[in-house]
Amino acid sequence: MIAFVIRRLLQAVLVMMAVGFVAFSLFAYVGDPVSIMLGQDFTEETRQRLVTDLGLDKPFFVQYFNFLVNAAQGQFGISYRLARPVTDLLMERLPATLELSFCAATLALAVGVPMGVYTGLNRDTWISRLLLTVSLVGVSLPTFLIGILLILVFSVVLGWLPSFGRGTTVALGWWTTGFLTPTGLRALILPSITLALFQMTLIMRLVRSEMLEVLRTDYIKFARARGLHNRAINFGHALKNTLVPVITITGLQLGGIIAFAIVTETVFQWPGMGFLFIQSVSSADVPVMAAYLLLIAFFFVLINLIVDLLYYAVDPRLRIDRGAAGGHGH
Amino acid sequence: MDVLRRALDSDIYYSFRRSPVVVVSAIVTVLFFAGAIFAPLISPQNPFDLRQLNLMDASLPPAWMPDGLPQYPLGTDTQGRDVFSTILFGSRISLLVGILSVVFAMVLGIGLGLLAGYLGGTVDAVIMRIADVQLSFPAILIALLIDGVARIVIPRELHHEIAIYVLILAIGFSGWVQYARTVRGSCMVEKSKEYVQAARVIGRHPVAIMLQHVLPNVLGPVLVIATIHLALAIITEATLSFLGVGVPPTQPSLGTLIRIGNNFLFSGEWWITVVPGLALVIMVLAVNLLGDWLRDALNPKLR
Amino acid sequence: MQAGTPLLEVKNLRVEFPTRRGTLVAVDDISFSIAPGEVLGVVGESGAGKSLTGAAIIGLLEPPGRVAGGEILLDGRRIDNLPYEKMRRVRGKEIGAIFQDPLTSLNPLYTIGRQLTETIVTHLDMTEAAARDRAIQLLQDVGIPAAERRIDHYPHQLSGGMRQRVVIALALCANPRLIVADEPTTALDVSIQAQIITLIKRLCREHGTAVMLVTHDMGVIAETADRVAVMYAGRIAEIGPVRDVIRRARHPYTEGLMGSIPKLGNVQARLAQIDGAMPRLTAIPQGCAFNPRCTKVFDRCRTARPDPIDVGDTKVACWLYDQAGKAAAE
Repeated sequence: MIAFVIRRLLQAVLVMMAVGFVAFSLFAYVGDPVSIMLGQDFTEETRQRLVTDLGLDKPFFVQYFNFLVNAAQGQFGISYRLARPVTDLLMERLPATLELSFCAATLALAVGVPMGVYTGLNRDTWISRLLLTVSLVGVSLPTFLIGILLILVFSVVLGWLPSFGRGTTVALGWWTTGFLTPTGLRALILPSITLALFQMTLIMRLVRSEMLEVLRTDYIKFARARGLHNRAINFGHALKNTLVPVITITGLQLGGIIAFAIVTETVFQWPGMGFLFIQSVSSADVPVMAAYLLLIAFFFVLINLIVDLLYYAVDPRLRIDRGAAGGHGH
Repeated sequence: MDVLRRALDSDIYYSFRRSPVVVVSAIVTVLFFAGAIFAPLISPQNPFDLRQLNLMDASLPPAWMPDGLPQYPLGTDTQGRDVFSTILFGSRISLLVGILSVVFAMVLGIGLGLLAGYLGGTVDAVIMRIADVQLSFPAILIALLIDGVARIVIPRELHHEIAIYVLILAIGFSGWVQYARTVRGSCMVEKSKEYVQAARVIGRHPVAIMLQHVLPNVLGPVLVIATIHLALAIITEATLSFLGVGVPPTQPSLGTLIRIGNNFLFSGEWWITVVPGLALVIMVLAVNLLGDWLRDALNPKLR
Repeated sequence: MQAGTPLLEVKNLRVEFPTRRGTLVAVDDISFSIAPGEVLGVVGESGAGKSLTGAAIIGLLEPPGRVAGGEILLDGRRIDNLPYEKMRRVRGKEIGAIFQDPLTSLNPLYTIGRQLTETIVTHLDMTEAAARDRAIQLLQDVGIPAAERRIDHYPHQLSGGMRQRVVIALALCANPRLIVADEPTTALDVSIQAQIITLIKRLCREHGTAVMLVTHDMGVIAETADRVAVMYAGRIAEIGPVRDVIRRARHPYTEGLMGSIPKLGNVQARLAQIDGAMPRLTAIPQGCAFNPRCTKVFDRCRTARPDPIDVGDTKVACWLYDQAGKAAAE
């Protein structure tokens, strides 16, 4: 168990180092930070001083190391566009993105998994066929279009729900939350649905196909031959075996939610990190891009780690003497 | 003739014929392709030729609504451009970017997959590790990043000209992993078979003989991946263009049209954004339905 | 022929698979019975319909396969048309099943103890604790050493032979009166096959359980079965006491089958073989299905299909034994 966790942690660190390298390359070589920061009027002397201050005269690996050390302390420099510390900018926007992602992920899982189980177990009912067709429409609907259509219907035509922003937020220490005010909650509804819909249909289709796969296995046939109750077969044997791949891919989907938050936040002008990121890409604000990349990578690595641990909890073949388990690939 | 008869008698054609949804999807897809290819010939107006635009006709609703004019079946935008024509030209860009990025991803993925599967060892480990890491990041983020970097590195004037190709590379690069995995898997299976060893003995290059055997084996799965990937690539392009980091506004794709139209959502001109949006969804849905059907048809055990 | 009422009676069973090119008849009008405690071997090449017959008896034909005609009676009660829930109570309780591959018959995510107790609790009125005691008892019965410890193991911790013993224990959980064993030894090492066969034989004698033993291995039949049914292309070619069928095979197909078994101490230079292959279900020849491969074929075989004819203690579906027909041919 401990060896397993350590191995996974090491892998996580390696991934972070690799992403850190990409972020650093971005930081150090994409665009010319010195000329961007200096603006129009400068002397050669101030230029030299800035180069020394930024450590740009040091060897590559020293610079990379310094970058990592700074990053680990949350120092990412100053945004070119907004002339404020990148860390402050991201921290201000982190709660908005995380609250939105949390709501969307909960919605996607709470609706997607039961629908997948239902359509997997009852493949030939008309409800299943309907859900499956609707889900294909869902996969074909780009996130931004869902947002636009929801705004058109619920904000423009019906005027029920706000079309942009977070509403009133309450500060809890450095964290700002929209969960505690009526306007904050109302403002969450459309963006959460927008962000959840695509993932929901993916999760539903995934759970369904895994369920069908498991229901075809010999051990399910044998469980039927043993005369077990349908409930025990479907929800005990089949669902548990479906969980193993579903956990893995759902983990990836949650990462997808954080990434697609960029799109949703742009549509709803949601004051989150994704909105900040897309503005940075448009205006070549490299420090923000690099920091965002590292932060997102950190979330992904964290999610993957949790997924691995869950996987480990569900599948006994990983827990006990891996050698004897034989080739169980995934 | 015999080939045609065999094709018409095959299980795949049978399952195609039996599903009206699939037939309709195929027709819709073909119509979109035809519309995109022949856009300059069939569109009533060249929306990028300013002389053809009439500002008097700006912001007209679709023809079936009051105030709509029959020569603008889907209405006009705020500059008097015929929405139907902009959609035809927009699909042209969307499909072009989609198809070329799928081709790029396919070539890259198949190449790396063959390399990994054939050489094994360190090369395999490195390629598949990169694939794993990349797979844990959503494709859109990778495309966004590549596009963002290119935007900074390439001078602005030049970037406008090559933006489409940058986009194709960015979207293509974000999608190679699935092809590589499929091809690698098949390659590993084939490699252990005796004919590859035998080929070595008789002096034929094993790579040549493997290509001969691996490619036909992966044709089906690759085709399925490519179809579904096409739908995804079109969506990714539209999303990037919607975010304003995709194709330049001088060559608007469907995503750009939706982005522009989105500004007029609140002033009541909903058709400027909704109609291109519907066109996009119908196109992607048709391709997705085809991909879904193809997967089931080529994989009989799923039925 | 047999004393008393039969435990299982199959009358004119017909199993069909509707396909787009017409309906395939996989099992065509077969009848046989099994007496209490009797072991009936069913042999034939793959595709002869023997496994499907077994699946039809336990009511687990894979769709689109279906029972299209005939009756299956257990203790004189029809079971082929029972609703799912009633048939579920028959499976495991009155008819046990053993599948071919022990590696895939057990759910990898549950301990063997849990799989045993859930089966026991489903069919017998027992507490969990009592069921666990019974499970340990069963594991001891099937020859698993240190059953008290093994019961908490997961399937992947056991060898193939051990797992098949667990599968047998699972089939015996509720003391069924009949066990349908579909190729129970095919997936095992040759050295373990004999152990498993001996085990099945011993357990059935001790518990008085009847067995329908489906296999393509004539050796296993000779060693285990009381009676044997030889299937060919969905029909029974010959059925009778195992001694008669082996020593005095009457149907030309059975003769061929016997000729293909190597015998110790037999200095015969070559093993006999049957020319050609069993026809595919899509192209079953007119008349007797075996006629294109038969060495004793005559005109009638090509036009009319023979029904089983009593010859001594066996029934043979061959025109050679139809006195009137033979006379006409000569």
